[in-house]
Amino acid sequence: MSSGPVLPPASSPAERWAAPSASTGSRIVLGAPEIGRALTRIAHEILERNRGGAELVLLGIPTRGLPLAHRLADRLAAVEPGLDAAAIVGSLDVTMYRDDLHRHPTRTIGATRLPPSGIDGLVVVLVDDVLYSGRTIRAALDAISDLGRPRAVQLAALVDRGHRELPIRPDYVGKNLPTSHGERVWVLLEETDGEDAVLIETAPIKGESR
Amino acid sequence: MRHLLSTADLDRATAIHILDTAAQMAATQSREIKKLPTLRGRTVINLFFEDSTRTRISFETAAKRLSADVINFSAKGSSVSKGESLKDTALTLQAMGADAVVVRHQASGAPHTLAHAGWVDGAVINAGDGTHQHPTQALLDAYTIRRHLAVAGGAGGGGTLDPSGRDLAGLKVAIVGDVLHSRVARSNVLLLRTLGADVTLVAPPTLIPVGVEAWPCRVSYHLDDVLRAEQPDAIMMLRVQRERMGAGGSGGGAFFPNPLEYTRGFGLDARRLALLPEHAIVMHPGPMNRGLEISADAADSRRAVIVEQVANGVAVRMAVLYLLLAGDAAEPKLVDERVGIA
Repeated sequence: MSSGPVLPPASSPAERWAAPSASTGSRIVLGAPEIGRALTRIAHEILERNRGGAELVLLGIPTRGLPLAHRLADRLAAVEPGLDAAAIVGSLDVTMYRDDLHRHPTRTIGATRLPPSGIDGLVVVLVDDVLYSGRTIRAALDAISDLGRPRAVQLAALVDRGHRELPIRPDYVGKNLPTSHGERVWVLLEETDGEDAVLIETAPIKGESR
Repeated sequence: MRHLLSTADLDRATAIHILDTAAQMAATQSREIKKLPTLRGRTVINLFFEDSTRTRISFETAAKRLSADVINFSAKGSSVSKGESLKDTALTLQAMGADAVVVRHQASGAPHTLAHAGWVDGAVINAGDGTHQHPTQALLDAYTIRRHLAVAGGAGGGGTLDPSGRDLAGLKVAIVGDVLHSRVARSNVLLLRTLGADVTLVAPPTLIPVGVEAWPCRVSYHLDDVLRAEQPDAIMMLRVQRERMGAGGSGGGAFFPNPLEYTRGFGLDARRLALLPEHAIVMHPGPMNRGLEISADAADSRRAVIVEQVANGVAVRMAVLYLLLAGDAAEPKLVDERVGIA
């Protein structure tokens, strides 16, 4: 189904795109330690801004937002005693709310699972790997409004590569990466790809952009 | 996948993809707000030349839950009763801009003609053609079986694990009754086999079609033997389609002597229900002839999943509409052209 360079071993077969290994015309901009530090900092920022973690729900956007949300929750729980990491994480699939469905081959729908608390009256932190046009986040906001009415919605992204097409800004950013439209940003995570890294691919390639 | 005409066209991976998508669709249907914006601006036409309650309502519900516009067309009360041909009807619908046509027709092959004659541009979904195919019914049956049975590695897992990505390998399914007139049976035999299940058809010899040897299934004339020997994981009772049996004296046409004898030989009652294994489920595509092919005991028993089949039908049809209509590789050019003109 996917084409391009071989996937790292731990990837799921359902993966829509294949990430390049570090050798193929791409350079590593963040390694595993930097990703870890960025997530720890974001976790502290979330707690600081929301005065604790009592009313927080982290919703990860599949595929790679979800493991990031779990990692953030683990860090929140480590700092904030009495916080159950598993009980504040959910996944939010936005496929059916996208505005570009007609422009791509049919996308596989991911799972949406809310934590037992639901989202009504709570602070939802959306978690995604790369923030680019902002269209995924717009779709996520629509999806959230169909699921309930949170008190506030905040946005955490591991990488902000710019080029916004909508008035959307992140509340928490792991790393600002100035990029050109022709470049591609790949986030690889242990859980989905077998290693932690953020790569920039300089060779312009055809296909979907994120 | 451009059209859905027959379960023969589905390979294992495609079928599983549809079932997995249906599972995600079903998850959205337990929410307070069930409507999704996915197919906004798309038009689905229900073109029904034959009577139908649940299939038409199911497709209509599915399309509306995905925000598509639905136009219902039934042959009764339309120009078809004035003698309009399928071609002219199709061209009329095309002129109104249909993105998908859901068609039920009394003639086997009508959806195939509609899909390949070039009369309509949109996707064609077969909602039952004559005695040929009814693919969405087979898909919802497979979905129902998978939800109940394909959990912990085959027969009778009975857990609540996520069955996504799984097929039906090793499960035994008995399809009982009027196989001859049943497009549901034909669709199910092919799809369940593709998914790895073992299918046994059980019917009186008069209701087994000629050429059944070529189907990927076993055939038996004795329901009790099959229930005892095979211990099927799911039993699917077919409706006795008396409207297709002509004017037989006492109700069964030339196919069986009388309804009582049919019930004795092939009806599912409390006694036969007790022969089934504990985890087995009872299915029926509906509408049921209570007292003929299925007794009230069986139809209302704890194991009957007949009402659930209807609910699953909406999810499966949402999945099919999504997969056929949402993404289109040929679409971007069209959209850009429209923008250019505007």
